[in-house]
Amino acid sequence: MDETLLRSLTPSVLGILVRRGVDFAAAEDAVQDALVEAVRVWPADPPRDPLGWLTTVAWRRFLDAARADTARRRREDLVEEEPEPGPAPTVDDTLQLYFLCAHPSLTPSSAVALTLRAVGGLTTRQIAHAYLVPEATMAQRISRAKRTVSGLRLDRPGDVATVLRVLYLVFNEGYSGDVDLAAEAIRLTRQLAVTIDHPEVAGLLALMLLHHARRAARTAPDGSLVPLAEQDRSRWDTRSIAEGVEILQAALPRDQLGEFQAQAAIAALHADAPTAAETDWVQIVEWYDELARLTGNPIVRLNRAVAVGEADGPRAGLRALAAVDDALPRYTAVAAYLHERDGALATAARLYAEAAQQATNLAEREHLTRQAARLNALRRR
Amino acid sequence: MAKYLLLKHYRGAPTAVNDVPMDQWTPAEISAHIQYMRDFAARLEGTGEFVDAQALAPEGTFVRYDGEGRPPVTDGPFVETKDLIAGWMVIDVDSHDRAVELAGELSAAPGAGGKSIHEWLELRPFLSEPPTITE
Repeated sequence: MDETLLRSLTPSVLGILVRRGVDFAAAEDAVQDALVEAVRVWPADPPRDPLGWLTTVAWRRFLDAARADTARRRREDLVEEEPEPGPAPTVDDTLQLYFLCAHPSLTPSSAVALTLRAVGGLTTRQIAHAYLVPEATMAQRISRAKRTVSGLRLDRPGDVATVLRVLYLVFNEGYSGDVDLAAEAIRLTRQLAVTIDHPEVAGLLALMLLHHARRAARTAPDGSLVPLAEQDRSRWDTRSIAEGVEILQAALPRDQLGEFQAQAAIAALHADAPTAAETDWVQIVEWYDELARLTGNPIVRLNRAVAVGEADGPRAGLRALAAVDDALPRYTAVAAYLHERDGALATAARLYAEAAQQATNLAEREHLTRQAARLNALRRR
Repeated sequence: MAKYLLLKHYRGAPTAVNDVPMDQWTPAEISAHIQYMRDFAARLEGTGEFVDAQALAPEGTFVRYDGEGRPPVTDGPFVETKDLIAGWMVIDVDSHDRAVELAGELSAAPGAGGKSIHEWLELRPFLSEPPTITE
Protein backbone atom coordinates (compact mmCIF):
# COMPACT_ATOMS: atom_id res chain seq x y z
CA MET A 1 0.00 0.00 0.00
CA ASP A 2 1.23 3.48 -0.81
CA GLU A 3 1.33 5.17 2.57
CA THR A 4 2.42 8.47 1.03
CA LEU A 5 -0.67 8.54 -1.19
CA LEU A 6 -2.80 7.75 1.83
CA ARG A 7 -1.21 10.53 3.86
CA SER A 8 -1.46 13.01 0.99
CA LEU A 9 -5.25 12.68 1.23
CA THR A 10 -5.27 13.67 4.90
CA PRO A 11 -5.74 17.43 4.49
CA SER A 12 -8.49 16.96 1.90
CA VAL A 13 -10.55 14.68 4.15
CA LEU A 14 -9.98 16.94 7.12
CA GLY A 15 -11.01 19.95 5.04
CA ILE A 16 -14.24 18.25 3.98
CA LEU A 17 -15.20 17.39 7.55
CA VAL A 18 -14.43 20.87 8.81
CA ARG A 19 -16.48 22.39 5.99
CA ARG A 20 -19.39 20.15 7.00
CA GLY A 21 -19.25 22.00 10.29
CA VAL A 22 -17.30 19.52 12.38
CA ASP A 23 -15.13 21.07 15.06
CA PHE A 24 -11.47 20.91 14.04
CA ALA A 25 -10.29 18.80 16.97
CA ALA A 26 -13.06 16.23 16.50
CA ALA A 27 -12.53 16.14 12.74
CA GLU A 28 -8.83 15.57 13.19
CA ASP A 29 -9.43 12.64 15.56
CA ALA A 30 -11.90 11.11 13.11
CA VAL A 31 -9.46 11.43 10.20
CA GLN A 32 -6.69 9.78 12.23
CA ASP A 33 -9.04 6.88 13.00
CA ALA A 34 -9.86 6.58 9.31
CA LEU A 35 -6.16 6.51 8.40
CA VAL A 36 -5.51 3.73 10.89
CA GLU A 37 -8.47 1.81 9.47
CA ALA A 38 -7.16 2.32 5.93
CA VAL A 39 -3.76 0.91 6.86
CA ARG A 40 -5.56 -2.16 8.20
CA VAL A 41 -8.06 -2.69 5.39
CA TRP A 42 -6.55 -1.38 2.16
CA PRO A 43 -3.78 -3.93 1.60
CA ALA A 44 -6.37 -6.73 1.23
CA ASP A 45 -9.20 -4.62 -0.13
CA PRO A 46 -8.02 -1.45 -1.90
CA PRO A 47 -10.81 1.05 -2.54
CA ARG A 48 -11.58 2.36 -6.01
CA ASP A 49 -12.01 5.89 -4.67
CA PRO A 50 -9.53 6.32 -1.80
CA LEU A 51 -10.62 9.87 -0.97
CA GLY A 52 -14.32 8.90 -0.92
CA TRP A 53 -13.52 5.87 1.22
CA LEU A 54 -11.53 7.90 3.75
CA THR A 55 -14.18 10.62 3.88
CA THR A 56 -16.97 8.12 4.52
CA VAL A 57 -15.05 6.27 7.21
CA ALA A 58 -13.89 9.50 8.89
CA TRP A 59 -17.47 10.81 8.83
CA ARG A 60 -18.78 7.61 10.44
CA ARG A 61 -16.08 7.75 13.08
CA PHE A 62 -17.06 11.29 13.82
CA LEU A 63 -20.73 10.31 14.08
CA ASP A 64 -19.90 7.43 16.44
CA ALA A 65 -17.84 9.69 18.63
CA ALA A 66 -20.42 12.47 18.53
CA ARG A 67 -23.24 10.02 19.38
CA ALA A 68 -21.32 8.70 22.35
CA ASP A 69 -20.76 12.29 23.35
CA THR A 70 -24.39 13.18 22.74
CA ALA A 71 -25.65 10.33 24.86
CA ARG A 72 -23.44 11.54 27.61
CA ARG A 73 -24.40 15.14 27.33
CA ARG A 74 -28.02 14.66 26.17
CA ARG A 75 -27.52 16.85 23.18
CA GLU A 76 -29.42 14.82 20.64
CA ASP A 77 -29.84 17.60 18.15
CA LEU A 78 -26.14 17.63 17.35
CA VAL A 79 -26.13 14.87 14.78
CA GLU A 80 -29.31 13.69 13.17
CA GLU A 81 -28.46 12.47 9.75
CA GLU A 82 -25.66 12.31 7.29
CA PRO A 83 -25.38 15.53 5.35
CA GLU A 84 -25.44 15.74 1.60
CA PRO A 85 -22.13 14.57 0.21
CA GLY A 86 -20.08 17.74 0.51
CA PRO A 87 -18.53 19.52 -2.41
CA ALA A 88 -15.25 18.13 -3.71
CA PRO A 89 -12.25 19.14 -1.63
CA THR A 90 -10.63 22.29 -2.86
CA VAL A 91 -7.06 23.45 -2.71
CA ASP A 92 -8.27 26.25 -0.45
CA ASP A 93 -9.23 23.75 2.24
CA THR A 94 -5.73 22.35 2.23
CA LEU A 95 -4.19 25.79 2.32
CA GLN A 96 -6.37 26.88 5.24
CA LEU A 97 -5.24 23.78 7.13
CA TYR A 98 -1.62 24.77 6.68
CA PHE A 99 -2.41 28.23 8.05
CA LEU A 100 -4.35 26.83 10.98
CA CYS A 101 -1.63 24.34 11.97
CA ALA A 102 1.04 27.06 11.80
CA HIS A 103 -1.11 29.64 13.55
CA PRO A 104 0.89 32.28 15.44
CA SER A 105 -0.95 31.41 18.66
CA LEU A 106 0.89 28.06 18.66
CA THR A 107 4.42 27.57 19.93
CA PRO A 108 6.87 26.36 17.26
CA SER A 109 7.00 22.82 18.67
CA SER A 110 3.19 22.61 18.79
CA ALA A 111 2.84 23.97 15.26
CA VAL A 112 5.35 21.42 13.99
CA ALA A 113 3.57 18.52 15.70
CA LEU A 114 0.11 19.60 14.57
CA THR A 115 1.25 20.16 10.99
CA LEU A 116 2.83 16.70 10.82
CA ARG A 117 -0.34 15.10 12.12
CA ALA A 118 -3.19 17.10 10.58
CA VAL A 119 -1.56 17.99 7.26
CA GLY A 120 1.04 15.23 7.03
CA GLY A 121 -1.16 12.41 8.29
CA LEU A 122 1.55 10.97 10.55
CA THR A 123 0.48 9.17 13.69
CA THR A 124 1.28 10.56 17.13
CA ARG A 125 3.58 7.59 17.68
CA GLN A 126 5.56 8.36 14.52
CA ILE A 127 5.91 12.03 15.43
CA ALA A 128 6.93 11.18 19.00
CA HIS A 129 9.51 8.74 17.69
CA ALA A 130 10.91 11.28 15.25
CA TYR A 131 11.36 13.89 17.99
CA LEU A 132 12.54 11.40 20.62
CA VAL A 133 9.87 12.16 23.19
CA PRO A 134 7.44 9.75 24.90
CA GLU A 135 4.25 9.12 22.92
CA ALA A 136 2.10 10.39 25.81
CA THR A 137 4.00 13.68 25.78
CA MET A 138 3.50 14.14 22.05
CA ALA A 139 -0.20 13.20 22.35
CA GLN A 140 -0.60 15.89 24.99
CA ARG A 141 1.26 18.46 22.90
CA ILE A 142 -0.97 17.75 19.91
CA SER A 143 -4.23 17.81 21.84
CA ARG A 144 -3.31 21.11 23.50
CA ALA A 145 -2.44 22.52 20.08
CA LYS A 146 -5.79 21.35 18.72
CA ARG A 147 -7.60 23.00 21.58
CA THR A 148 -5.73 26.23 20.92
CA VAL A 149 -6.73 26.40 17.27
CA SER A 150 -10.18 24.83 17.59
CA GLY A 151 -11.92 28.11 18.17
CA LEU A 152 -10.27 29.80 15.22
CA ARG A 153 -12.15 30.29 11.98
CA LEU A 154 -10.72 28.50 8.99
CA ASP A 155 -11.75 31.04 6.43
CA ARG A 156 -9.43 33.87 7.32
CA PRO A 157 -6.33 34.09 5.15
CA GLY A 158 -3.14 33.40 7.06
CA ASP A 159 0.42 34.55 6.69
CA VAL A 160 2.37 32.19 4.48
CA ALA A 161 5.61 33.14 6.25
CA THR A 162 4.45 31.36 9.43
CA VAL A 163 3.76 28.19 7.44
CA LEU A 164 7.18 28.36 5.79
CA ARG A 165 8.91 28.72 9.16
CA VAL A 166 7.19 25.56 10.42
CA LEU A 167 8.12 23.56 7.32
CA TYR A 168 11.69 24.85 7.55
CA LEU A 169 11.85 23.64 11.17
CA VAL A 170 10.61 20.19 10.17
CA PHE A 171 13.19 19.95 7.38
CA ASN A 172 16.08 21.14 9.50
CA GLU A 173 15.42 18.60 12.23
CA GLY A 174 16.80 15.95 9.87
CA TYR A 175 15.52 12.51 10.60
CA SER A 176 15.57 9.79 13.20
CA GLY A 177 13.67 6.59 13.47
CA ASP A 178 11.38 5.36 10.74
CA VAL A 179 10.08 8.77 9.67
CA ASP A 180 12.26 10.82 7.38
CA LEU A 181 11.36 14.35 8.49
CA ALA A 182 13.38 15.99 5.71
CA ALA A 183 11.54 14.03 3.03
CA GLU A 184 8.24 14.70 4.79
CA ALA A 185 8.99 18.45 4.88
CA ILE A 186 9.70 18.36 1.15
CA ARG A 187 6.44 16.53 0.48
CA LEU A 188 4.45 19.04 2.53
CA THR A 189 6.18 22.02 0.93
CA ARG A 190 5.58 20.56 -2.52
CA GLN A 191 1.91 20.14 -1.67
CA LEU A 192 1.80 23.72 -0.38
CA ALA A 193 3.39 24.97 -3.61
CA VAL A 194 0.47 23.40 -5.50
CA THR A 195 -2.09 25.23 -3.39
CA ILE A 196 -0.50 28.66 -3.36
CA ASP A 197 1.52 30.54 -5.96
CA HIS A 198 4.13 32.36 -3.90
CA PRO A 199 7.81 32.88 -4.77
CA GLU A 200 8.98 32.23 -1.21
CA VAL A 201 7.16 28.87 -1.12
CA ALA A 202 9.01 28.04 -4.32
CA GLY A 203 12.20 29.37 -2.72
CA LEU A 204 11.85 27.13 0.32
CA LEU A 205 11.05 24.09 -1.83
CA ALA A 206 14.13 24.78 -3.98
CA LEU A 207 16.26 25.26 -0.85
CA MET A 208 15.11 21.93 0.60
CA LEU A 209 15.65 20.04 -2.66
CA LEU A 210 19.13 21.47 -3.10
CA HIS A 211 20.19 20.53 0.44
CA HIS A 212 18.48 17.16 0.36
CA ALA A 213 20.42 16.39 -2.81
CA ARG A 214 23.67 16.39 -0.79
CA ARG A 215 22.42 14.14 1.96
CA ALA A 216 24.16 10.92 0.92
CA ALA A 217 27.48 12.75 0.64
CA ARG A 218 27.14 14.58 3.96
CA THR A 219 28.13 11.68 6.22
CA ALA A 220 30.93 9.14 5.93
CA PRO A 221 30.17 5.42 6.35
CA ASP A 222 31.31 5.70 10.01
CA GLY A 223 28.70 8.40 10.63
CA SER A 224 31.12 11.34 10.79
CA LEU A 225 30.31 14.65 9.08
CA VAL A 226 31.84 15.42 5.70
CA PRO A 227 32.20 19.18 5.09
CA LEU A 228 30.89 20.59 1.82
CA ALA A 229 34.34 21.08 0.30
CA GLU A 230 35.28 17.43 0.90
CA GLN A 231 32.03 15.84 -0.25
CA ASP A 232 32.09 13.38 -3.14
CA ARG A 233 30.00 15.42 -5.56
CA SER A 234 29.24 12.39 -7.69
CA ARG A 235 27.05 11.25 -4.82
CA TRP A 236 24.88 14.34 -5.01
CA ASP A 237 21.40 13.67 -6.33
CA THR A 238 21.42 15.42 -9.71
CA ARG A 239 17.67 15.04 -10.24
CA SER A 240 16.91 16.79 -7.00
CA ILE A 241 19.40 19.54 -7.87
CA ALA A 242 17.93 20.02 -11.35
CA GLU A 243 14.43 20.30 -9.90
CA GLY A 244 15.55 22.75 -7.22
CA VAL A 245 17.38 24.93 -9.73
CA GLU A 246 14.43 24.92 -12.12
CA ILE A 247 11.99 25.96 -9.38
CA LEU A 248 14.33 28.70 -8.22
CA GLN A 249 14.87 29.99 -11.75
CA ALA A 250 11.13 30.32 -12.20
CA ALA A 251 10.76 32.17 -8.88
CA LEU A 252 13.62 34.69 -9.06
CA PRO A 253 12.47 36.68 -12.14
CA ARG A 254 9.23 37.51 -10.33
CA ASP A 255 11.29 40.02 -8.42
CA GLN A 256 9.84 39.34 -4.99
CA LEU A 257 13.05 38.23 -3.36
CA GLY A 258 12.87 36.70 0.11
CA GLU A 259 15.22 34.90 2.46
CA PHE A 260 14.40 31.41 1.19
CA GLN A 261 15.02 32.30 -2.45
CA ALA A 262 18.32 33.93 -1.47
CA GLN A 263 19.38 30.89 0.58
CA ALA A 264 18.37 28.62 -2.30
CA ALA A 265 20.45 30.74 -4.67
CA ILE A 266 23.51 30.14 -2.48
CA ALA A 267 22.78 26.39 -2.37
CA ALA A 268 22.35 26.42 -6.17
CA LEU A 269 25.75 28.06 -6.66
CA HIS A 270 27.34 25.28 -4.58
CA ALA A 271 25.41 22.66 -6.53
CA ASP A 272 26.56 24.23 -9.77
CA ALA A 273 30.29 23.89 -9.01
CA PRO A 274 31.82 20.70 -10.44
CA THR A 275 34.51 20.89 -7.72
CA ALA A 276 34.76 22.87 -4.49
CA ALA A 277 37.61 24.91 -6.04
CA GLU A 278 35.36 26.01 -8.89
CA THR A 279 32.72 27.51 -6.58
CA ASP A 280 31.67 31.02 -7.53
CA TRP A 281 32.39 32.54 -4.12
CA VAL A 282 32.15 36.12 -5.37
CA GLN A 283 28.50 35.58 -6.30
CA ILE A 284 27.89 33.75 -3.04
CA VAL A 285 29.19 36.77 -1.09
CA GLU A 286 26.76 38.95 -3.04
CA TRP A 287 23.88 36.66 -2.10
CA TYR A 288 24.91 36.80 1.55
CA ASP A 289 24.80 40.59 1.28
CA GLU A 290 21.26 40.29 -0.08
CA LEU A 291 20.35 37.92 2.75
CA ALA A 292 21.79 40.27 5.36
CA ARG A 293 19.73 43.08 3.88
CA LEU A 294 16.57 40.90 3.88
CA THR A 295 16.84 39.38 7.34
CA GLY A 296 19.38 41.22 9.46
CA ASN A 297 20.13 37.78 10.93
CA PRO A 298 23.63 37.85 12.51
CA ILE A 299 24.25 34.21 11.46
CA VAL A 300 24.18 35.43 7.87
CA ARG A 301 27.15 37.70 8.55
CA LEU A 302 29.02 34.78 10.11
CA ASN A 303 28.43 32.64 7.01
CA ARG A 304 29.33 35.61 4.85
CA ALA A 305 32.73 35.80 6.55
CA VAL A 306 33.43 32.24 5.41
CA ALA A 307 32.44 33.14 1.85
CA VAL A 308 34.60 36.28 1.94
CA GLY A 309 37.49 34.09 3.13
CA GLU A 310 37.08 31.93 0.04
CA ALA A 311 36.50 34.81 -2.38
CA ASP A 312 39.18 37.24 -1.17
CA GLY A 313 41.46 35.12 0.98
CA PRO A 314 41.52 34.18 4.69
CA ARG A 315 42.80 37.59 5.85
CA ALA A 316 39.76 39.28 4.29
CA GLY A 317 37.59 36.58 5.88
CA LEU A 318 39.08 37.28 9.31
CA ARG A 319 38.47 41.00 8.82
CA ALA A 320 34.84 40.28 7.96
CA LEU A 321 34.63 38.02 11.01
CA ALA A 322 35.94 40.78 13.28
CA ALA A 323 32.67 42.65 12.72
CA VAL A 324 30.56 39.64 13.81
CA ASP A 325 29.36 38.99 17.38
CA ASP A 326 31.75 36.39 18.84
CA ALA A 327 29.00 34.89 21.02
CA LEU A 328 27.26 33.41 17.98
CA PRO A 329 27.14 29.63 17.71
CA ARG A 330 29.89 28.35 15.38
CA TYR A 331 31.80 31.65 15.58
CA THR A 332 34.84 29.88 17.03
CA ALA A 333 34.63 27.12 14.42
CA VAL A 334 34.63 29.72 11.63
CA ALA A 335 37.58 31.51 13.25
CA ALA A 336 39.45 28.20 13.48
CA TYR A 337 38.82 27.47 9.80
CA LEU A 338 39.97 30.91 8.63
CA HIS A 339 43.12 30.77 10.78
CA GLU A 340 43.95 27.35 9.37
CA ARG A 341 43.57 28.71 5.83
CA ASP A 342 45.85 31.55 6.87
CA GLY A 343 48.50 29.04 7.97
CA ALA A 344 48.24 29.73 11.71
CA LEU A 345 47.97 26.05 12.62
CA ALA A 346 48.58 26.34 16.37
CA THR A 347 45.89 29.02 16.75
CA ALA A 348 43.54 27.05 14.52
CA ALA A 349 44.02 23.84 16.53
CA ARG A 350 43.36 25.66 19.79
CA LEU A 351 40.22 27.28 18.35
CA TYR A 352 38.93 23.97 16.92
CA ALA A 353 39.29 22.37 20.36
CA GLU A 354 37.46 25.33 21.90
CA ALA A 355 34.75 25.16 19.23
CA ALA A 356 34.29 21.46 19.99
CA GLN A 357 33.52 22.38 23.62
CA GLN A 358 30.82 24.77 22.41
CA ALA A 359 29.25 22.42 19.84
CA THR A 360 25.54 21.79 20.33
CA ASN A 361 25.45 18.33 18.80
CA LEU A 362 27.66 15.26 18.97
CA ALA A 363 28.40 15.00 15.25
CA GLU A 364 29.75 18.54 15.16
CA ARG A 365 31.68 18.05 18.36
CA GLU A 366 33.35 14.96 16.96
CA HIS A 367 34.06 16.71 13.68
CA LEU A 368 35.66 19.72 15.38
CA THR A 369 37.69 17.54 17.74
CA ARG A 370 38.96 15.63 14.71
CA GLN A 371 39.99 18.92 13.07
CA ALA A 372 41.95 19.91 16.19
CA ALA A 373 43.53 16.45 16.31
CA ARG A 374 44.44 16.59 12.61
CA LEU A 375 46.26 19.93 13.02
CA ASN A 376 47.98 18.83 16.24
CA ALA A 377 49.19 15.67 14.48
CA LEU A 378 50.52 17.81 11.59
CA ARG A 379 52.37 20.06 14.00
CA ARG A 380 54.04 17.10 15.74
CA ARG A 381 55.63 15.90 12.50
CA MET B 1 15.97 -6.74 36.17
CA ALA B 2 17.57 -3.63 37.61
CA LYS B 3 18.43 -0.36 36.02
CA TYR B 4 21.82 1.25 36.40
CA LEU B 5 23.19 4.60 35.40
CA LEU B 6 26.72 4.69 33.99
CA LEU B 7 28.01 8.21 34.50
CA LYS B 8 30.89 9.67 32.57
CA HIS B 9 32.53 12.78 34.07
CA TYR B 10 34.32 15.69 32.46
CA ARG B 11 35.76 16.37 35.89
CA GLY B 12 35.38 14.82 39.30
CA ALA B 13 36.24 11.19 38.63
CA PRO B 14 39.66 9.77 39.55
CA THR B 15 42.19 10.31 36.77
CA ALA B 16 42.14 7.71 34.00
CA VAL B 17 45.21 5.58 33.34
CA ASN B 18 45.55 6.82 29.75
CA ASP B 19 44.51 10.43 30.35
CA VAL B 20 45.22 12.44 27.17
CA PRO B 21 42.82 15.16 25.87
CA MET B 22 41.09 13.97 22.72
CA ASP B 23 42.41 16.79 20.52
CA GLN B 24 45.91 15.35 21.15
CA TRP B 25 44.94 11.95 19.70
CA THR B 26 45.33 11.13 16.03
CA PRO B 27 42.18 11.34 13.89
CA ALA B 28 42.34 7.55 13.45
CA GLU B 29 42.37 7.08 17.23
CA ILE B 30 39.30 9.29 17.53
CA SER B 31 37.52 7.23 14.88
CA ALA B 32 38.42 3.99 16.67
CA HIS B 33 37.11 5.37 19.96
CA ILE B 34 33.79 6.52 18.48
CA GLN B 35 33.36 3.21 16.69
CA TYR B 36 33.97 1.33 19.96
CA MET B 37 31.27 3.38 21.72
CA ARG B 38 28.79 2.81 18.88
CA ASP B 39 29.48 -0.92 18.81
CA PHE B 40 29.09 -1.13 22.57
CA ALA B 41 25.65 0.53 22.49
CA ALA B 42 24.60 -1.60 19.51
CA ARG B 43 25.66 -4.78 21.31
CA LEU B 44 23.62 -3.82 24.37
CA GLU B 45 20.61 -3.17 22.19
CA GLY B 46 21.19 -6.62 20.77
CA THR B 47 21.21 -8.24 24.20
CA GLY B 48 18.14 -6.29 25.32
CA GLU B 49 20.02 -4.39 28.02
CA PHE B 50 20.25 -0.90 26.50
CA VAL B 51 17.85 1.81 27.71
CA ASP B 52 19.26 5.22 26.85
CA ALA B 53 22.46 7.17 26.27
CA GLN B 54 22.95 10.92 26.19
CA ALA B 55 25.83 13.36 26.12
CA LEU B 56 25.77 16.73 27.89
CA ALA B 57 27.34 20.03 26.95
CA PRO B 58 30.17 20.99 29.30
CA GLU B 59 28.60 24.26 30.42
CA GLY B 60 25.44 24.57 32.47
CA THR B 61 23.68 27.02 34.73
CA PHE B 62 22.47 26.80 38.31
CA VAL B 63 18.91 28.07 38.82
CA ARG B 64 16.79 28.56 41.91
CA TYR B 65 13.40 29.97 42.90
CA ASP B 66 13.64 33.51 44.27
CA GLY B 67 10.19 34.05 45.72
CA GLU B 68 6.73 34.96 44.46
CA GLY B 69 6.63 37.24 41.44
CA ARG B 70 10.37 37.31 40.99
CA PRO B 71 12.29 35.72 38.15
CA PRO B 72 14.43 32.72 39.08
CA VAL B 73 18.00 33.43 40.09
CA THR B 74 20.64 31.97 37.84
CA ASP B 75 24.28 31.45 38.59
CA GLY B 76 27.25 29.97 36.78
CA PRO B 77 28.53 28.36 34.74
CA PHE B 78 31.24 27.66 37.27
CA VAL B 79 34.52 26.83 35.60
CA GLU B 80 35.78 25.43 38.87
CA THR B 81 32.91 22.99 39.50
CA LYS B 82 34.60 19.91 40.92
CA ASP B 83 32.11 17.39 39.56
CA LEU B 84 30.99 17.82 35.96
CA ILE B 85 28.95 15.13 34.24
CA ALA B 86 29.70 14.54 30.56
CA GLY B 87 27.01 12.01 29.76
CA TRP B 88 25.36 8.78 30.73
CA MET B 89 24.16 5.42 29.66
CA VAL B 90 21.23 3.66 31.27
CA ILE B 91 21.26 -0.13 31.23
CA ASP B 92 18.73 -2.66 32.42
CA VAL B 93 20.50 -5.80 33.60
CA ASP B 94 19.94 -8.93 35.68
CA SER B 95 22.52 -8.29 38.35
CA HIS B 96 24.94 -5.85 39.87
CA ASP B 97 27.77 -8.08 38.64
CA ARG B 98 26.57 -7.70 35.07
CA ALA B 99 26.38 -3.92 35.48
CA VAL B 100 29.99 -3.87 36.72
CA GLU B 101 31.07 -6.10 33.85
CA LEU B 102 29.49 -3.75 31.28
CA ALA B 103 30.89 -0.61 32.90
CA GLY B 104 34.32 -2.26 32.74
CA GLU B 105 33.89 -2.93 29.02
CA LEU B 106 32.83 0.65 28.37
CA SER B 107 35.85 1.92 30.30
CA ALA B 108 38.10 -0.15 28.04
CA ALA B 109 37.33 2.09 25.06
CA PRO B 110 40.52 2.85 23.12
CA GLY B 111 42.16 6.28 23.39
CA ALA B 112 45.55 7.84 22.70
CA GLY B 113 48.06 5.45 21.16
CA GLY B 114 45.23 2.99 20.52
CA LYS B 115 45.44 1.90 24.16
CA SER B 116 42.47 1.62 26.52
CA ILE B 117 41.62 4.80 28.40
CA HIS B 118 40.82 2.91 31.64
CA GLU B 119 38.45 5.79 32.38
CA TRP B 120 36.63 5.74 35.73
CA LEU B 121 32.88 5.48 35.22
CA GLU B 122 30.43 5.96 38.05
CA LEU B 123 27.88 3.17 38.42
CA ARG B 124 24.67 4.11 40.22
CA PRO B 125 21.68 1.83 40.76
CA PHE B 126 18.22 3.31 40.17
CA LEU B 127 15.82 3.28 43.09
CA SER B 128 13.11 0.94 41.84
CA GLU B 129 9.37 0.52 42.35
CA PRO B 130 8.40 -1.36 45.52
CA PRO B 131 7.78 -5.06 44.89
CA THR B 132 4.24 -6.44 45.00
CA ILE B 133 5.12 -9.33 47.32
CA THR B 134 6.97 -8.25 50.42
CA GLU B 135 6.30 -10.93 53.03
